Amino acid sequence: MDLLQSLRIAAPEQLLSLSAIVLLVASAWGQTRRDARAVTWLAVLTLFVAAVMTAPVLFEGVRGDAASAFGGLFSGDAFAAFAKLLIYAAAGASLLVAPAFFEKHRAYRPEYPVLVLFAVLGMGIMVSAQDLLTLYMGLELNSLAAYVLAAFLKPDQRSAEAGLKYFVLGALASGILLFGMSLTYGFTGTTDYAGIAAALAEGTVSKGALFGLTFVLAGLAFKISAVPFHMWTPDVYEGAPTPVTTFFASAPKVAALALTMRVSLEAFGPQAAAWQQIVIFAAIASIVVGALGAIGQGNIKRLLAYSSINNVGFILLGLAAATPAGASAMLFYLVVYVAMTIGGFVAVLMLKDADGNYVEAIADIAGLSRTRPLLALGLAAIMFSLAGIPPLLGFWGKFVVFQAVVEAGMVPLAALGIAASVIGAYYYLKVVKIMYFDEPAGKVTGKSDMVHEWLLATCALFISPLGYLITKCLIALATVSAGVLFVAV
Amino acid sequence: MTIGIEHYVTVSSILFVLGVLGIFLNRKNVIVILMAIELILLAVNINLVAFSAFLGDLTGQVFAMFVLTVAAGEAAIGLAILVLYFRDRGTIAVDDVSQMKG
Repeated sequence: MDLLQSLRIAAPEQLLSLSAIVLLVASAWGQTRRDARAVTWLAVLTLFVAAVMTAPVLFEGVRGDAASAFGGLFSGDAFAAFAKLLIYAAAGASLLVAPAFFEKHRAYRPEYPVLVLFAVLGMGIMVSAQDLLTLYMGLELNSLAAYVLAAFLKPDQRSAEAGLKYFVLGALASGILLFGMSLTYGFTGTTDYAGIAAALAEGTVSKGALFGLTFVLAGLAFKISAVPFHMWTPDVYEGAPTPVTTFFASAPKVAALALTMRVSLEAFGPQAAAWQQIVIFAAIASIVVGALGAIGQGNIKRLLAYSSINNVGFILLGLAAATPAGASAMLFYLVVYVAMTIGGFVAVLMLKDADGNYVEAIADIAGLSRTRPLLALGLAAIMFSLAGIPPLLGFWGKFVVFQAVVEAGMVPLAALGIAASVIGAYYYLKVVKIMYFDEPAGKVTGKSDMVHEWLLATCALFISPLGYLITKCLIALATVSAGVLFVAV
Repeated sequence: MTIGIEHYVTVSSILFVLGVLGIFLNRKNVIVILMAIELILLAVNINLVAFSAFLGDLTGQVFAMFVLTVAAGEAAIGLAILVLYFRDRGTIAVDDVSQMKG
């Protein structure tokens, strides 16, 4: 395994780190509005180039030794490529929506795209990690950038509070995760995924290793905001600037869920029975708490935060199955989830009053269908899709997950999940009802940015029945990527 | 009595629990929370180094060095956010960090 091959496999990561460092230095000199916009475009360009570099790995289905780099610490395989492409797309979208929002508050600085690039670099390392040490470095790079992003909007008091809460609970999560890693290391004698799997495969497992596994999963549950570790999500999503919330709800979720899949299925794969109960509990609890918590929320960002908790529950159902079909269903659901989330938050960014101030209260969007019919249509499509109503793509995402769960012989679990998704439909439909049937509040009248309109249109088209045209190709790619995780077993 | 691996793990577990309780029970000051986070990370380091010596494997010590480095970065960012928060509100009492709830 020579160095050159390792460098070639990790080329997207090197491009991202180099570009982030150069742009960071550049932003020390250029602090004007125009400079900030230029840095943003360069960051988007970097993400695009990184995506072009990553795509062949996914389409060729690279796996195993051909993908292994740096002495087995890092793997640039098809699974990592699938997650990375999704991360790059989500990060790119949250960069594009940022300038208009921050400039309204006179707070746009070139550091924003730089921090996003560093976070994306961390996420790429997370999903490619083959060793607990690599995992930790990627996770922290992502988290440290994310804490700063949450507190980025200085004029808004809620932003600093969101940053503080995110920091404290994120650091606690990292601590729990690390404690679990140290126990896993102590009781299996290695930090390498393959080594851990080999140690867990032989005979009875020690109590210490089980403790380690539980702590690692608890730490990861924090990062994906699964119940019972979800309490930070609504506050952080509400307080963080909306473009940052768009970012938090999409890219880091993908990275943390892909990481959870890797750790559970690759490292802890031989002991699936031990973690399945934990995942089943977290999945069902997330679906129920996400659905119940959203009822009665007056702020649309908080509502979407609970919706993301709810969606993470459905994605975890696929992990509970612990089969290749379940893993591939998770990946497919993630793609649909990212499109719905970005569409949802972009729609929120388009809600502005006559003076261009951003509107977040659900009561204020009453009668939106009469003042802004197209925006109302887009938001309604996303709400219907989140509720899982056919023929929108959100239905198909839920369908493949439930199918995988039933195939794994967990019929009661699937039934419970379907029943709970009905509760969730209530509040999504309530938003639609407020937009279409209530007396117009006449508040949302401001014009929106063209970039926002295009992004919302793209997301809405993707989740519309037109999206079914690419599901076949997408499911084939997801199956190949998920298959990577099941080599050792 | 010789001191074995179980003693180290006991000490680190106690420190870890103290750290977690420090975050949840403390209602006074956010600085205390930062100290509790450091306590958790140090508990992890004791674990890693003890296991490393016990297993005769260097990985644990390398891991501990990385954790130390990241802990420094984490503390720096935590304090920076805290300063920003203090400028806004003029207080760092934990009970006052509650503009958003529900």
